Amino acid sequence: MSVPLSHVLIVASLMFAMGLGCVVAWRANVIMMLIGIEIMLNAVMLTFVGGSAHWGIADGQLFSLMLMALTSAEVSLALAMVVYLHRRKQTVNTDQFDSMKG
Amino acid sequence: MEATLFYILAAVLLIGTLLAITARQAVRSIVYLVTSFFALALMFYLLGAPLIAAFEVIIYAGAIMVLFLFVIMMLELESPEKLAKPHFKNWLPALLLAGAVVGALVVLLCSRLQAVPPGFTEIPVRQFAFALFKQYGVAVEVVSMQLLFALVGALYLGRRR
Repeated sequence: MSVPLSHVLIVASLMFAMGLGCVVAWRANVIMMLIGIEIMLNAVMLTFVGGSAHWGIADGQLFSLMLMALTSAEVSLALAMVVYLHRRKQTVNTDQFDSMKG
Repeated sequence: MEATLFYILAAVLLIGTLLAITARQAVRSIVYLVTSFFALALMFYLLGAPLIAAFEVIIYAGAIMVLFLFVIMMLELESPEKLAKPHFKNWLPALLLAGAVVGALVVLLCSRLQAVPPGFTEIPVRQFAFALFKQYGVAVEVVSMQLLFALVGALYLGRRR
């Protein structure tokens, strides 16, 4: 394939910027914040796979596999916590979870 | 041919992600995100990573996004009219941060560092598996422990009391 590496990196960084914007803009909604984190991690995976293909070493693909395992663990724990918090407060609005505020 | 396909997939990926982060309902956002992850999986395949592409479809689009969908439908969130859409005030810092990233990108592209020759080498699954189990065997063990901890933690958080 005759696409330069910089174009892959441009796509990945635009995707990362979108995920960052999603986390910051939807900071009142826990589920949309988690979706933003997913987008950012996928952008990082695209960077790893692009670098791995560019230099012909399998390490980048390996790290994206590790990242996938990390993400599945993180999402299962975070969604369990969302269900737990929703059971307690009946909302996913982060502004309601202020019981530790002094 | 492959380069054209790559740019089409990049457009699908970016537009899908943009629609996902501006969607009004969380379910629509998940569906847009599944579309963009399929495009991302095809990009991985074009970049010579067939195993990662398969895992992207199976684990990301197939398992994680369906988990999100289950939780959103299980929680019975309030009707979408009441779900607070972020105001322009909330989008402002997000646009600022994204603009900083894009600005850094533009500066980097204008400086023209050194042209790396285009071209990707495909990595066969044999080389991938050899590196995974010979060189990074400890990492596989650590990841399996991590998944076990996540399982136990999710069971602890989800138990009835």
